[in-house]
Amino acid sequence: MDIPQVIYKTEALIAEDIDAYLEAHQHKSMLRFITCGSVDDGKSTLIGRLLYDSQMIFEDQLEALEADSKKVGTQGQEIDFALLVDGLAAEREQGITIDVAYRFFATEKRKFIVADTPGHEQYTRNMVTGASTADLAVILIDARLGILTQTRRHSYLANLIGIKNIVLAVNKMDLAGYDQGIFDQIVSDYSAFADEIGIESFVAIPISGLAGDNITNRSDNMPWYDGPTLVQHLEDVEVSVTANQSKPFRMPVQWVNRPNLDFRGFSGQISAGIVKPGDAIRVLPSGKTSRIRKIVTMDGNLDQAVAGQSVTLTFDEEIDCSRGDVIVTADDPPQVADQFESTIVWMDEDELLPGRSYWMKIGTQMVSASIQSPKYQININNLAQLATKTLNLNDIGVAELSTDRPIVFESYTDSRDLGGYILIDKMTNRTVAAGTLHFALRRSQNVHWQDVDIDRAAHAQQKGQAPKIVWFTGLSGSGKSTIANMVEKRLFALGKHSFLLDGDNVRHGLNKDLGFTDADRVENIRRIGEVAKLMTDAGLIVLTAFISPFRAERDLVRSMVGPDEFVEIFVDTPLAVAEERDVKGLYKKARAGELKNFTGIDSDYEVPKNPEMRIDTTNLSPEEAAELIVDTIVGSWSYTI
Amino acid sequence: MNLTHLQRLESEAIHIMREVVAEAAKPVMLYSVGKDSAVMLHLARKAFYPAPPPFPMLHIASGWDFQDVLAHRDKTVKEYGLDLIVQHNQEAADSGVNPFDAGAGVYSQMMLIDPLKQALTEHGFDAAFGGGRRDEEKSRAKERIFSFRSASHRWDPKNQRPELWKLYNMRKAKEESIRVFPLSNWTELDIWQYIHLEKIDIVPLYYSSRRPTVERDGLLIVADDKRFRFEEGEQPVEKIVRFRTLGCYPLTGAVESDAETLPEIIKEMLLATTSERQGRAVDHDLTASMEKKKQEGYF
Repeated sequence: MDIPQVIYKTEALIAEDIDAYLEAHQHKSMLRFITCGSVDDGKSTLIGRLLYDSQMIFEDQLEALEADSKKVGTQGQEIDFALLVDGLAAEREQGITIDVAYRFFATEKRKFIVADTPGHEQYTRNMVTGASTADLAVILIDARLGILTQTRRHSYLANLIGIKNIVLAVNKMDLAGYDQGIFDQIVSDYSAFADEIGIESFVAIPISGLAGDNITNRSDNMPWYDGPTLVQHLEDVEVSVTANQSKPFRMPVQWVNRPNLDFRGFSGQISAGIVKPGDAIRVLPSGKTSRIRKIVTMDGNLDQAVAGQSVTLTFDEEIDCSRGDVIVTADDPPQVADQFESTIVWMDEDELLPGRSYWMKIGTQMVSASIQSPKYQININNLAQLATKTLNLNDIGVAELSTDRPIVFESYTDSRDLGGYILIDKMTNRTVAAGTLHFALRRSQNVHWQDVDIDRAAHAQQKGQAPKIVWFTGLSGSGKSTIANMVEKRLFALGKHSFLLDGDNVRHGLNKDLGFTDADRVENIRRIGEVAKLMTDAGLIVLTAFISPFRAERDLVRSMVGPDEFVEIFVDTPLAVAEERDVKGLYKKARAGELKNFTGIDSDYEVPKNPEMRIDTTNLSPEEAAELIVDTIVGSWSYTI
Repeated sequence: MNLTHLQRLESEAIHIMREVVAEAAKPVMLYSVGKDSAVMLHLARKAFYPAPPPFPMLHIASGWDFQDVLAHRDKTVKEYGLDLIVQHNQEAADSGVNPFDAGAGVYSQMMLIDPLKQALTEHGFDAAFGGGRRDEEKSRAKERIFSFRSASHRWDPKNQRPELWKLYNMRKAKEESIRVFPLSNWTELDIWQYIHLEKIDIVPLYYSSRRPTVERDGLLIVADDKRFRFEEGEQPVEKIVRFRTLGCYPLTGAVESDAETLPEIIKEMLLATTSERQGRAVDHDLTASMEKKKQEGYF
């Protein structure tokens, strides 16, 4: 086996002068990259070769590899490098999610972390995940096959996630006769495609992972190629963490460090720029300004700190600053907004529900966000834009997104840290999507609330009551409308101003365009919530009687009004009892399959976790329930605001 | 200014630790006293300086810990004023479970895995830092930095969350907990180099010295104290040995070596021909994969 010369050199240095070796190793930089391609392109062989050439394989692993190569390898008696990194089939059988595997190797100049994303299935999710931390993408092409659909897909995704350094590795040159003509044709085809999708530049290298041509050592088989070998290029390319240092200073605050009354520091990892003591800074979103007093670390205070470093900053003048805030240079701050256009990569089995409220984590900010119906979905094989109402697993689309409060952000092309976000389902806690912000929508910046003289407090005062949303939830036929109706009669008798929203007065008008799919149910409740909120602004006590099966939407409405203004009443009637009553004959139809998406039958009802009240209708009559509800909460209503 | 690979790894680990402290209700750091733990503790001190690490250290003491390990633990705790919790399965120890009779699998389940789960449950820790690295084993290469455990501490490999950028989703149901691995992207060489550069104090067993040994199943075992049970005809042989990894002394193999300084250790490691985990009997005995062990709550 031919072991490349560099290794002899390294080994000799280690053996003869370990201190000199350590000194050299200590100054290595780090590059993270992703390899894109399938097993057929020789991806595993290439990674195996990189690990092998850099001697990251121990003798016991090598013995196992040699044995495996003979047993199951595809290279006869030769070593099958692919076996070093594969084993994925077995893992798939065990049902283990493999989105990304990370491998490590080092050369004399750099340490490398390779994100290896396997397979065709789940490809989008996997590749986006692996690419999100990468500085560079190696796009593998089989020289015999040229540019394929998957090449386009990989390139599109690499560009989408903002990878500036693209390497086109034209592999298996040994099987293509080391032919310059073949290589040149592929490069020219790819150039045209790269232009089309906005890739500004790329470096093409003819290689053979199997034979080792132009990987670590320059190939004697391709004297016509005078560019760098793959490893040389990986060693010399500029990494983004260095490039980020020339941008304006930004640091999302992770944690306030307050060990005692005399020290108050703000800890975070600098995402862009350089900071020095004395620099004028601004804390966003508040906009308050101060100056940096010290850059504190355990190794002593620093004269300056740069993008990529984790530090603790103290201010000259104490101003409010907490987790989620972003400390930025005073004279060049990023924007603050609450509505955006965004690209979204959906990563969950459950589809996107437009209008639903999801957790959004961006930098160290955690807010509630909802997505509108996508403007379009992108077919990543041919880049066509398709009309769609939602996004499913591995779909990519462009949509408008709004947050429940203004966030500090930058366009993703300017900042991965302040432009990239994840969405989290509030119920399952799963990470359901990743997204990149493009820009803030103009209306977000220009639509200001009209100040009115008669505000909600004035409305409420005039009516002598504290406005509320009394939200009845429960299965169809549980008794919500009956009880709500009785509650309203009592309130009326007490001289309270109220209004009852139910299926009849909402579904027939405001929401007559909506059906009963999950997405429509979400939108139904969102609109009802907005209407109810407006009515509370007018000082009313709003009663609503809707099945409202999803916790997320009930919580969304809860979050629209003040903490004491939302009263959730769970009308708890067991399914069997409700079905037995079947006042409107709906259960019978649903059982017969004539009604689809019927809650309790073929659509879920999520039971409230902490409702303000739970009414057990198997124990209480509607009259008793109404009395209890009014008695229990009217006290807090009778006294104003 | 170029950041070196170690500066970037350090910054990343500190960022991860701060995220956990900011978002978890009750974090804890697993502290095995070994070299990875030494690096973890050092990073934790840096992450929260000038405050002390805002979480306790949890040591799972099997009862068969090296004497040097315990001495080093107590010295470190005192030096940095740490809050230490020591968990030990006294019940199993009283009933006679020991590494000589039980077999490595049963033994590690009862003396290491069970007390770990017990401690996490009893104290209600919802996030636990571990020193696991992706380069340790093939199966760890795809492990997340944040790894979720059910209420019974089981790992569900089918239900892992994608990790993008440096945005970690720590939301979980009440009884669930998270294992967090800030050293995921470090290699063994990075660990040693960092110890060297930062002058981190480590257990003396990592350095070569003359120690009484016996050879069993191809492992060189050091008779650490009086409880060591010699088999018939076995005589301790004095050899100059050191450890590349530290577990329970009757189960951890030493290597013959002259490395008495950190550069010598690193040199030996770089020129070594066998991978690190070969010295641990627990890996040999359990034919099951790392996945199986992780599913049961092993780190």
